[in-house]
Amino acid sequence: MTPRSNTRPNTRTDQTRALNPKLYSLFFTTDHRIIGIQYLILALVSVVIGTLLSLLMRIHLVWLDLPLPLHGPILPEDYLALVTIHGTIMLFFVLTTAPQAGFGNLILPAQIGARSMAFPTLNAASFWLTAAALLILLGSTFVPGGAAISGWTAYPPLSAIPSAGPGQALGMDLWLISIALFAIASTASSINTLTTIIRNRCDGMTWERLPLTVWGWFTAALLSIIAFSVLLAAILLLLCDRHAGTSFFLPTGDLVNGVLHHGGNGSPLLWLHLFWFFGHPEVYIAILPGMGLTSMLLANFSHRRVFAYRTMIATTLLIGLLGILLWGHHMFVAGLNPFVSSAFSISTMAIALPAAAKVLSWLATTWRSRPSYKTPMLFALGFVSLFITGGLTGPILAQPILDEYLHNTFFVIAHFHLIMAMAGIFGLYAATYYWFPLITATCTRPGRPMSESLGRLHFWTTLVGAYAVFLPMHLTGLAGEPRHYAQLTGIPGPGGSLSPTGALLAHTISLNHFITYAAIFLAAAQLPFLLNLIRSLRKGEPSFDNPWHATTLEWHPALNPYPPSSVSDTPEISVYCSPCHYQSTQAGFTFLPQWIPSPVDQVEIKEATSAKPE
Amino acid sequence: VICSCLTNVWSDQAEILRPWLLPADGSAHGPALDHHLILNLWIALALLALAHLILLIGLIARRNTEPIHLWRIEYLPLAALALLFGALTLKAERLWAATRYTGASLTALQVEVTGVQFAWYFRYPGPDATFGNTHPSLVAPGEGNPLGLDSTDPHSADDSIASELVLPANREVDLRLNAQDVIHGFSIPEMRLKQNAVPGQTIHLHFTPTIPGTYAILCTQLCGLGHYRMNATLRVIPPDQFATWLAAKQKAAQ
Repeated sequence: MTPRSNTRPNTRTDQTRALNPKLYSLFFTTDHRIIGIQYLILALVSVVIGTLLSLLMRIHLVWLDLPLPLHGPILPEDYLALVTIHGTIMLFFVLTTAPQAGFGNLILPAQIGARSMAFPTLNAASFWLTAAALLILLGSTFVPGGAAISGWTAYPPLSAIPSAGPGQALGMDLWLISIALFAIASTASSINTLTTIIRNRCDGMTWERLPLTVWGWFTAALLSIIAFSVLLAAILLLLCDRHAGTSFFLPTGDLVNGVLHHGGNGSPLLWLHLFWFFGHPEVYIAILPGMGLTSMLLANFSHRRVFAYRTMIATTLLIGLLGILLWGHHMFVAGLNPFVSSAFSISTMAIALPAAAKVLSWLATTWRSRPSYKTPMLFALGFVSLFITGGLTGPILAQPILDEYLHNTFFVIAHFHLIMAMAGIFGLYAATYYWFPLITATCTRPGRPMSESLGRLHFWTTLVGAYAVFLPMHLTGLAGEPRHYAQLTGIPGPGGSLSPTGALLAHTISLNHFITYAAIFLAAAQLPFLLNLIRSLRKGEPSFDNPWHATTLEWHPALNPYPPSSVSDTPEISVYCSPCHYQSTQAGFTFLPQWIPSPVDQVEIKEATSAKPE
Repeated sequence: VICSCLTNVWSDQAEILRPWLLPADGSAHGPALDHHLILNLWIALALLALAHLILLIGLIARRNTEPIHLWRIEYLPLAALALLFGALTLKAERLWAATRYTGASLTALQVEVTGVQFAWYFRYPGPDATFGNTHPSLVAPGEGNPLGLDSTDPHSADDSIASELVLPANREVDLRLNAQDVIHGFSIPEMRLKQNAVPGQTIHLHFTPTIPGTYAILCTQLCGLGHYRMNATLRVIPPDQFATWLAAKQKAAQ
């Protein structure tokens, strides 16, 4: 599937490679498009693994003793390893990697009229570091003791002391090394993204003319640099606690499983602060590119301008700024001073306003527009719906008094899966369907679009599945179901018989059965997508130059078929207006792409840009 | 027969409805919390319906050629939301302040809660109203000293340790939360309580149970492979029964 953009050896290293230079150039390339596709393949592999892990968790919760082929029944520590690896893979290797690094490489340079990323070699190094991180993470499952069991948040002392549980020895070390590598790669990749946006914009691409997707990538990259560097520091401190006898996160006299800690007096809360200082911006890193893309797609398919474009730029930056000021809302029950909780509660409530402004803009952009319902548009609308549904429970969880009941229940699971995981994935699907002709474009022929009918099937089943899985989780959470519980039935109580805990959890069993069936349905609903992906790589008509009547630069006719990065005769690209220049007429609409000089008759423009390639 | 059938259906229905409802609420601060939570849920549901209605109507309605650009569309809904969220924040902060900004009253019952992989221990200070010293090097669960009570400390002689939390109804209790090994989450859903127990830290948590009964105590912070089975029982009993229970407990301890 990888486009052959570097067929002829064009660098010195390629010429010196005797062994299959073509394959070598495909693998160890510095071409940002290929690196973008490599990131997307990595994310696709990760999302398949992460989904299968979540299915195992769902199945185990309702059919406790069902043996796994080649493994046997899932033990409590296996369940926690599933939780840990599922969360880690999905958050880091899917939701951070695909939108920010994948589409960021594939589309971002074209969208600002740049030939390449600012630091191509650093770019390639970032990808290979990320790949190594993924391999180490997956490899940690096979070491003695298995994978880490302390969740993606890895709270010490559970994560600091090998005797705290199976998987907390070598498995935990590998987890930490994997995430440390990932943090280095993300920081480097974000520096690359920021530099590219700041330095490599083409003529006429002023800050105000930047598409909102670029603003999303820009803000997410800023957050990445701040957040991942803190995470890296925290991981190094934790590794020191584990192996160098330090006590950053370990209090004196901590007694874990018979092992007494004699060292200095540290605090586990320090890790919580450092981790969530990273962890909260991280969820915005995952969702900001999707928010930008949604704004652009809604305008594109509604043939409207983005409602309140400058406000959208401002809210993107404001969400980024507020995003680093509210990590404490993950710590309402952690043992902070209650006044601190009040402060974080207010900063968290405040972020609801820029987020609401985004939703208002989306609603206003589509309002009475009679959009064309292509698959990317459907997924963008799905993004809006899931963002609203998941977002509305945010202010509830932001109130410490309510978090006192809801913290670490399935209500929280429902909240962040809807707004981050499902909305994030819908953003990725919208991006994939929208940009597929560019993903598959090569330097000899334009790319192909994906099948619309399979796409529609995929959209509707996924939307229904997403709601069917995550809406009922609000209810089981309200009924008291805590997260990270390896089983909900047969929990032994101190009295021997059914404990009050068992009785409390038993009420959620019937809904949990339903959720598991819905999860299997949701996973099965992704098969049309995979089928569509494989089919569209090989079959189908090549797309037009600008199949969606887009106004942004990545659809410039000179870029599809894609010119190899080494070719210097690519026509100079300039930008003449802001994106989403759509105008309604009696007959329909006209549009003005960013690369067309303005004072031209707009009907002619339409003809010129939608002409079929030879 | 019809009658019993009806009661059957009635109880089935109650059973079906159980996961749709909050569990019982037996604490003094609970009803206000529930009220605020349910208010929040209704507001979220109403906003959810409203936003989707606007989205759908906007998609279905006839095309309007000129997109509307009015400041009141841009800012009025935002101002309304700001007011709404501001009011909710204010109310939540007041509830939070009432339960957490100040400590327990001086007459509150003192109980120490310790989380250990994978059990909760409850210690009552005895007639001297002072907890004896503990030391991690003295911890020996096999010898009946799971908390490492220092027997050379005179205050420790009348301390009694229980594996269930027994409290008198309608008296405020001041819990001091500790953890021996890793972070645990002390949670009593039916008392609307949740607070982590952190190693190296003593965290105070106070509340007043009102309705006698048996309630679940859970661990709600991932603490290892036995996390799911780390639970205990809270028994809230009338004050006179509590006095008898405590006396018997202390007699057994000495």
